[in-house]
Amino acid sequence: MSVISPPTGRLEAGPATRRRTPVLAVAARTGRRLGASGTVAAALLAVLVLVAAFAPVIAPFDPTAPDLANALTGPGATHWLGTDALGRDTLSRLIVGSRITLVGPILVIAVSTAAGTALALLAAYAGGRVDMVVSRVLDVLFAVPGIVFALVTVAIAGPGLPGVVIGLSIAYTPYVARVVRSAALRERALPYIDAAWVTGRSGLSICLRHLLPNLAPMIMAQAVSALGLAVVDIAAISFLGLGVQPPATDWGLMVKSGIDTALRGYPTEALAAAVLIAAFVAAITVVSDRLTEQAGELR
Amino acid sequence: MNPWLKFVSKRLAGLVVVFFAASFLVFSLLYLAPGSPISFLLGNRSGTPEQIAAIRAQYHLDDPFLTRYAAWLGGILHGDLGQSIVYRQDVAALIGARIPTTAALVGYASVIILIVGVAIGLLAALRPGWVDATLRGGMTVALSTPPFVVGVLLILVFALSLGWFPVFGAGRGFADTVWHLTLPALALAGGGAAFLGRITRAATRGELARDHVETARARGLGESRVITRHVVRNALIPVVTVAGLTVASLVAGAVVVESVFAVDGLGSLLVRAILQRDFVVVQALVLLLVVTFIVINTIVDVIYLLVDPRIKA
Repeated sequence: MSVISPPTGRLEAGPATRRRTPVLAVAARTGRRLGASGTVAAALLAVLVLVAAFAPVIAPFDPTAPDLANALTGPGATHWLGTDALGRDTLSRLIVGSRITLVGPILVIAVSTAAGTALALLAAYAGGRVDMVVSRVLDVLFAVPGIVFALVTVAIAGPGLPGVVIGLSIAYTPYVARVVRSAALRERALPYIDAAWVTGRSGLSICLRHLLPNLAPMIMAQAVSALGLAVVDIAAISFLGLGVQPPATDWGLMVKSGIDTALRGYPTEALAAAVLIAAFVAAITVVSDRLTEQAGELR
Repeated sequence: MNPWLKFVSKRLAGLVVVFFAASFLVFSLLYLAPGSPISFLLGNRSGTPEQIAAIRAQYHLDDPFLTRYAAWLGGILHGDLGQSIVYRQDVAALIGARIPTTAALVGYASVIILIVGVAIGLLAALRPGWVDATLRGGMTVALSTPPFVVGVLLILVFALSLGWFPVFGAGRGFADTVWHLTLPALALAGGGAAFLGRITRAATRGELARDHVETARARGLGESRVITRHVVRNALIPVVTVAGLTVASLVAGAVVVESVFAVDGLGSLLVRAILQRDFVVVQALVLLLVVTFIVINTIVDVIYLLVDPRIKA
C-alpha cells in the first residue's frame, strides 16, 4: 500500500525515518493520510476511547450514588456540570456513560461488517445461483429501515441493549454486503484471481488471502462510516427508553433524563449529552470521509 | 412491449414480492419470541377467557403455520388488524386516527428538505469562497447531529428559553398544527436538508464544469439564463432521486422525533406499544412502516425515469 505524500511534504531519508520510534512513525503517517481536520477528529476519538477505558478512575464521583442534599444544582465548583434530580454528578455520569455509548455501536459494526463481508465474498466468488439468492435476501432486508428493525427485536427480546445490538447488526449487514459485493465483483474480474485459481489455490484461500486484503481499505472506510449511523441509532433508541436501562446509562438516555431537569430550569445535562453525541458523530464523519477518499485513491 | 410499461410492471412485481416477504417476516416474528404466542400476545398479562379465545381465533393458533399466515394476511388485506390488548380497540382505528398527524409531520419536513436543501446547495455551488465554506461547515454539523438531539436543542432554545413555540403536542386545525409541528418538522428535516444540499452542490459544480455550459456562455447567453436553463436543469436529475430516498427515510425518523415532542402519531404509538408489550399493534405498525417505505422507494424509481428519459428502461 503506497501513500502519496503531499507535494509540499519534505522527502525524508530512510535512516531518519528508521530512527524515530515506531509509534511516532505510525502517528505521523496516519496524520499525513488524514489531513488537518481528520487528525483533529481522530485525536478527539482517541481521547474518547481513553476516557471510556479509564472511566471509573477519571469520574470524580460515583455516577449511581444519589445525594439528595445536593439534588438539582447548576454547574459549580464541586459538581462541574451540576447534578440531576437524585443528586447524581452529571459529569461522572457522562464519563461512565461513554462506555456503553462507545461499545454498543462498535459491537454492531463488528458483527455486521463480518457477516456482510462473508456474504459478499461468498456471493461474488461463487456467482450464479448463490449470488442471486444472497442478493434477493439482501433486497428484502433493505425494505426495513434500520431503526425499525431494532425496534422489532426490542419488541421481541424486551427493552435493553442486547435486543438493540442484535437488531441493528442484522439491519446493517445488507448495507455492508451490497457495497463489498460490488467491489469484490470488480476485483474478482482481475486476471490475478484467475491466475491464483490456475495455480491450484482453493476458493476459500483466494477469498481470504487475495480478495479480502485488497478490499480491506474499502471495508474499513465503510465500517467507520456505518459506525456514525450506529451511534445515532443506538443513542436514539436509548433516548426512547427502549435501549440501555437505568441505572446503567449512555448519552442517549442522558438526553432524555436531561429534558426533565431542563424543564425544571437546569439544561446542562441535556445540553452536554446532546453536544457530546453530535461531536462524536461529527468526528466519525470527518475521519470516514478521509478514509473513503483514501480507499478511492488506492483503486 | 413498450419499454415504459415493462419497467413499471417489473417494479410493481418486485414490490409485490418484497411485500409478501416482508409480511411473512413480520408474521414469523411472533414465533421467534420466547414463551408461548398466547402469553406473548397478552404481553404477560393474564387475559380474560374471551380475550384468549379472540386471540386464538384471530391468529388461528390451532391451524398449521402457513394457513395461519394466509389467514392473518387475508385479514390485513381486508383492513382487519386485530384488537389492541392495552387499548381494547381495533388496531385499524388506533392507526387510522394517527395517520393524518404523521403524514402532516413527514409532509412538512419534506417541504423543508426540498426548499432548504436545494437552496443551500445551489448557493454553495454558485458562490464559491466564504459562503460556500460556511454552508459546507454547517451541512457537516447538521448531518452529524441526530434528529432527536436537534429536537431537544430546539425545545431548549425556542420552546423553553424563548417560548416562541409549544413544547409538546400536535395541535388542532391548520394554523395551530403548523405552529405545533414546526419544531418537530425542523428536527426531522435537518439531516436530510444537509444531505440534499451536499448532493445539489456537487451536482451543480459538476454541471458548471461541463462543455455545454461553456458553449452556452460563448454564445453570449446571459449568466442567469445559463444557470437556470443549462446548469440547474441538469443538476436536478440526481437531486430528485436523493430527495425521494431522503423522504422515504423520514418515515423511520418520525418514530423518534414524534416521541421527542410527544406528538401523538404512528411513531409514538409504536414506541408506547413496545413499552406496553402490545404486540398486535407493533406488528401492524411495523408492516405499515415497511410497506410505506418500499412504496415510496418504488415511486422514486419511476420518477427518476420520468425526469431522465436517457435512462433505458
